[in-house]
Amino acid sequence: MSEFIKCEKVSFQYYNDDSKPIPVLKDIDFSVKQGEFVALVGRNGCGKSTLAKHFNAILLPAEGKVLIDGMDTSDDKNKYDIRQNVGLVLQNPDNQIVATIVEEDVAFGPENLGIPSKEIRERVDWALKAVDMYDYRKHAPHKLSGGQKQRVAIASIIAMRPKCIVLDEPTAMLDPKGRREVLDTIRKLNSELGITIVLITHYMDEAVYANRVVVMEKGVIAFEGTPGEVFSQYDQLKSMGLDVPQCTRLAHKLRKKGVDLPANILHVDDCVRAIADLFEKNGVKRNPAAQ
Amino acid sequence: MISDITFGQYFPAESPLHRIDPRAKLILMIAYIVLIFIGNNFVSLALSVAFLAFIIIISKIPARMVLKSVKPIIPIIIFTSILNIFYIKGGKLLVSWGIINIYTQGVYTAIFVVLRIAMLIVGSSMLTYTTTPTALTDGLERLLSPLSKIGVKVHDLAMMMTIALRFIPTLIEETDKIMSAQKARGADLESGNLLQRIKALIPILIPLFVSSFRRAYDLAVAMECRCYKGGKGRTRMKILHMGAVDYISFAVMAIVIAAIITLNILLPKVI
Repeated sequence: MSEFIKCEKVSFQYYNDDSKPIPVLKDIDFSVKQGEFVALVGRNGCGKSTLAKHFNAILLPAEGKVLIDGMDTSDDKNKYDIRQNVGLVLQNPDNQIVATIVEEDVAFGPENLGIPSKEIRERVDWALKAVDMYDYRKHAPHKLSGGQKQRVAIASIIAMRPKCIVLDEPTAMLDPKGRREVLDTIRKLNSELGITIVLITHYMDEAVYANRVVVMEKGVIAFEGTPGEVFSQYDQLKSMGLDVPQCTRLAHKLRKKGVDLPANILHVDDCVRAIADLFEKNGVKRNPAAQ
Repeated sequence: MISDITFGQYFPAESPLHRIDPRAKLILMIAYIVLIFIGNNFVSLALSVAFLAFIIIISKIPARMVLKSVKPIIPIIIFTSILNIFYIKGGKLLVSWGIINIYTQGVYTAIFVVLRIAMLIVGSSMLTYTTTPTALTDGLERLLSPLSKIGVKVHDLAMMMTIALRFIPTLIEETDKIMSAQKARGADLESGNLLQRIKALIPILIPLFVSSFRRAYDLAVAMECRCYKGGKGRTRMKILHMGAVDYISFAVMAIVIAAIITLNILLPKVI
């Protein structure tokens, strides 16, 4: 697999009112492979949103280089090619919907790309079906639920046929049902359409579905690995003010009390199975009805 | 109270009126305004009322919705009709009571003014009820596109209008939220004289203003992410076509205007 996003020694700073630089990103080396699903986690202010805005040339690095599919983001000629290929979905769905009707909002991106009318229609229908919002195509966005609005925002991005989607805390403002809908959509886009995903999130239960979890702290990448590798570092994550998935925490606490459980439990099913196995090993019979 | 605003609301239905091209509808709207103001006798007034009734019936918009659009302007209608009744002199003296004198001319003028204002409001809400805001701005953009040759940024204006319409419900919702938040902190929005009430609005308007700027920033980023670079090189999903329904409506409008002009010539002038 080739590297789709490549950051080489990227630094970025904001200037405060006294024009003193405040470093946000420090010498970041980071890459995402084509078709990969990467979760980016870290506390507020660690620079993850700033990094995300570097992936589609909304922000340009002060030092270093960001290459998207080999194109340098600091070259103005590449700007629109990059933005078509890397879609960015923001946190608040209300603020990213431009039009007053769902299908016209989805058409906004392709219209900007100058695609012929007939093909726009096809892309809009395809995108709305991909996020399961086709039945709502004539609705007004403000009458939809948060999860539905965010799915429309995702449809608006995939209608441009990007190779990669970067989602900046897309579920932060949603209720549990909306979060579920959006996460399922993201996973489907990754597995069925092969779209590269970079998901920025605070919810570790979402991060476990990624191929790779990247932990950021104070403008640098603290560590990365598979979800199993990252979330087994319970104490280190805790000291950084981050959480782990609920069942990982349960397993960790049980292990501390001397219960023999594996360190890489991520999903509820795995947790249930591991505990059941343990009971069986210690002579407790399984209830055949519960199988 | 806030959610009562019906202006600019689209009412989805299947009717010939909904199918008229937005450009044609805008031109028809201008013709209609001319129509309601040229009639100067009661027969042409009745004809324009009947024409509006016909439009409402074929549009399939419920009468309740139509009446709702007139509701906010009732005070204006009452005020102007009272002014007309008491101040216009001419014709026969109907009532004389102290300093109050009511003449026939005053009553006639009042009737004309009230009906014209009501028809103006109902007519323009028929336009917004049967046309989506996007179609409306799209139509406006194309009608005004010749102006872009003399340097008017027509596309930018149309985009601003679309965004404004899109954010009306969002900001209404936000205002409601801020009002509740300020009430929870003990803000008094309902009592006091006019000045005090205006002052009480400041803690609502400032947060609304600040959050609008934040929204505008987010929206700008979202639009940039979707490769927005102004009107240049942009295509549209929906292409507008003038069709049979548009030509028929132009013909109907022309006939009604011709009828009103004829009536004006044949019948004595009332106002």
